[in-house]
Amino acid sequence: MPVRPTAPAPRPRPIRHGRRCSLILAASLVAGALAGCGGSGGDADTVKIAYNRSTDNNIRFKDAFLEAVRKQFEQAHPGKKVELVPIQAADNDYAAKVQQMMRSPKTAPDLVYEDTFRISSDIAAGYLRPLDDQLSRWDLWGQFVDTAKAAARAEDGRTYGVPDGTDTRGLWFNKEIFAKAGLPANWQPRTWAELLDAARSVRRKVPGVIPLNVYTGKAAGEAAAMQGFEMLLYGTGADPLYDPAAKKWATGSRGFRDALDFVRTVYTEKLGPDPSDALDPNVGTRLATDWMPNGKLAIALDGSWLGQNWIHKGPKEWPAWSTALGQAAMPTQYSQPPGKVSLSGGWTWAIPAKAAHPDLAFDFVKTLQTKENAVKWDVADAQIAVRQDVAADPAYLRSMPGITFFTGLVPFTHYRPALPAYPQVSAAIGEAMESVTTGGSTASAARAYDDQLASLTR
Amino acid sequence: MSPAPSAPATTGLRRARAVRWLPIAPATLLLLLFLAGPIGYCGYLAFTDMRLTGSATVDFVGFANFRRAFADPAFRNAVVLTLVFTVLSALLGQNTLGLALAALMRRASRPVRTVTGALVITAWVLPEIVAAFLLYAFFRREGTLNALLDQLHLPTQNWLFTLPILAVSFANVWRGTAFSMLIYSAALAEIPRDVEEAAEVDGASGARRFWHITLPMIRRSIGTNLMLNTLQTLSVFGLIWAMTRGGPGNRSQTLPVYMYDQAFLKSLIGYGTAVALLLLLVGSLFSVVYLRLLKVEV
Repeated sequence: MPVRPTAPAPRPRPIRHGRRCSLILAASLVAGALAGCGGSGGDADTVKIAYNRSTDNNIRFKDAFLEAVRKQFEQAHPGKKVELVPIQAADNDYAAKVQQMMRSPKTAPDLVYEDTFRISSDIAAGYLRPLDDQLSRWDLWGQFVDTAKAAARAEDGRTYGVPDGTDTRGLWFNKEIFAKAGLPANWQPRTWAELLDAARSVRRKVPGVIPLNVYTGKAAGEAAAMQGFEMLLYGTGADPLYDPAAKKWATGSRGFRDALDFVRTVYTEKLGPDPSDALDPNVGTRLATDWMPNGKLAIALDGSWLGQNWIHKGPKEWPAWSTALGQAAMPTQYSQPPGKVSLSGGWTWAIPAKAAHPDLAFDFVKTLQTKENAVKWDVADAQIAVRQDVAADPAYLRSMPGITFFTGLVPFTHYRPALPAYPQVSAAIGEAMESVTTGGSTASAARAYDDQLASLTR
Repeated sequence: MSPAPSAPATTGLRRARAVRWLPIAPATLLLLLFLAGPIGYCGYLAFTDMRLTGSATVDFVGFANFRRAFADPAFRNAVVLTLVFTVLSALLGQNTLGLALAALMRRASRPVRTVTGALVITAWVLPEIVAAFLLYAFFRREGTLNALLDQLHLPTQNWLFTLPILAVSFANVWRGTAFSMLIYSAALAEIPRDVEEAAEVDGASGARRFWHITLPMIRRSIGTNLMLNTLQTLSVFGLIWAMTRGGPGNRSQTLPVYMYDQAFLKSLIGYGTAVALLLLLVGSLFSVVYLRLLKVEV
C-alpha cells in the first residue's frame, strides 16, 4: 500500500523503544498463533479408536459394546487409556472422514473400523499397515474361516484387517400380507419372474402396501449397489462385475442391462416404494423402523442383520417379528445353477500406517476378539460368525430367529471384488440405478456406466 | 511527494515506514500461511491425480483434469444448474425481492416496517442447516406446502423430487433476501428527499421516478449487492446438500455439490480441486460482467 498522497508525511521520530516493543509483540503473537496448530498425536498411553456411530440416535449397541470392552482393556492394562472416537455420519461420509484422518500422523487414530469393500482401496492408498507378524503370533487367528481371512488380504498377499463377522443377504417377506395376496407362507421364488409376479399379486390384492423394496440410487450408497444391484447381477452368470482372468471390469454386459431392467421394472410398474422415498438417504432406517414393523412392506431384499432392529431394546421393538416374517433365498435370473444368490461383506478392525500406538491397538483387537466378546458382538450386531468357535457357540445359534437360514446361504455367497477401484465402481452403479429409478432408459444408464468405468480405470 | 529530503531524514522515514508494518506483520504472516498457502496448494493439486484413497502416489497430470471436466456431461449439467440457481435465486430472487421490500418499506408505517423487517431478517440469521431442514419440511411430500395446497383443493406433488432446482432456489431466496433488503434500505435512505420532490412537482409518475431517479442514484449499491449475492450463491452447499443431496439423479447438483461428490465420495481430490478452480472462474466472470454493466468502481 502506498501512502496516500494527501496524507501528511509522517514525522520521523526516534523509535528505538517502540520498535523493540512491537517486535516482541509481533513475535509473541505469531508464536501464540502457531502454537495453536501444532497439535499432538495424543499422549503415549492413550489408544484412539475411530468407529462409525449409527445416524439413528436409538441405535447405540455398538457404542455400549465398545465401552464395555474399553473397561476390560483398561483393567487388564493398568495406566493405559482408551479414547473412543465415534463418527456419526452416513456411510460414505464416514469413509471420507476416516480417510482424511489417516492422512496425517497428527490425526490418525490407532484403530479404525473399516468396511471390507473399502479396505483394498485404503490399502492401495498406503493408509493401513500389514498385520501378518502380529497375526502369526496370535493363537486365535486359526479359528477364523479362510474366506474371512481373505476379506482383508491385499493384492500383495498380506493381511491388513481382522474381520469381526460377516453377513448374507436374501428376501424377507411378511406372511400376513402374503396370506391376503394369496401367496404361500413357505414362499421361495425360483426365478426373477416369479419374484416380480409375487410383487404384482401384492400390488393387485393388497392396496396401500409397498410390494417390494430394492435399495437404489446414490443416496443409499453401498446398500443400493450391494443389497440391490449385485444381488441381481450375480444371479446372471459367473464373474459379472469383474473378470479376474482378463483383469478387467466388465462393461456392456447383457447381465448388467438385465439387472438394471429389473430395477427399472420395480420402479416404473410401481412395485417398489415411491421413487422419492427410495432415493431418500434415510430409506434404510425407515424400512427397518417403520415399513417392516408396521406392515407397510411385503418383500424386502435385505441383509441378515435386519432382525436386530426389532429385538428387545432395539431401535424399534417388535416382539412378533420372528413369526410374522419369513425368509427366502434370492433366486438366480432363470433359476440357473446354483439357483440361489447371496453377497457377503463385513467389517474389519484395521490399524492405520500412521497410528501412534500400533502395538497397543493390536492388544485392543485381541480384547475385542476374546471368544466371549466375539460371540457377544456377533449376537448384538446380528452378524454371521466368521470363526469356527463362535459359530458353534450355543448362545450364537440361539441368538436370532432366521440365523440358521442366513448361515445356510454362506455356500452360495459372493464377495465383492477386493480391488481399489471398487468403491468408485459402486458409486457408478448407484448412479446408473438412480437414473433408471427416475424413469431413464436402461440403455443410456448402462452407457453412462461404461463411460464412467473407462475414466475410473484409465 | 514531498521534495527530496536530506539523507538522514530519508533513512528515518524508511525506518518509520518499516516500523509501521510491524503491528500488522503477524496478521499478514498468518494470512499468508493459512490462506494463501492452502490456495496455492489447491492450485497445484488441480494439476495432479491425487486421490483420497485407492492410490498412494501423486502424479502431475497437466491439464487432464480440466479436459476431463469439459468432456463430462455431469460437469456440464452442474454448470447449467449453477447458472440456473444463481440467476433464479440471486439475480431475480434475492436482489429484486430485496429491492422491492426496501422500496415498499420506505412508505410503510412503523409497525409494518418492524414486523416485516423482523420476519425477513429472522430467515437470514438462522444457521444454514436449520433453514435447510425447515425448507425440507416445507417442501417434502408430507410437508407444509402440500398440506396447504390440499386444503385449497389444489393438486399436490413432491416438490423436492419433481422440481428440485426450483425448490432449492426458492429456499435460497427465502434465506438470503434480508441481506439485499438491508443494503437497499440503506441506499434508499441516502437519496435526498428534494430530488424526488422536484420530480414529483414536475409531474413524473411513481414508476418513472423510480426508473429515472431512484435506480440511477443507487447504481453503486446495486452493483455491490449483485456481486456479493452472486458470490454467496455460487458457493451454497449446505442448503442443497441437506435438502436434496444434489438429487434426484443429478437434477439439483450445482458445482459445489458436484465438487464434493467427486472429491470426497469418489475420492478424486485432484479432479475435485480442478472443478473448484473452474467454479472460481465462473464467479470472476459474473463479477466482470457486473463491473462492466454498472460501471462501478471497486
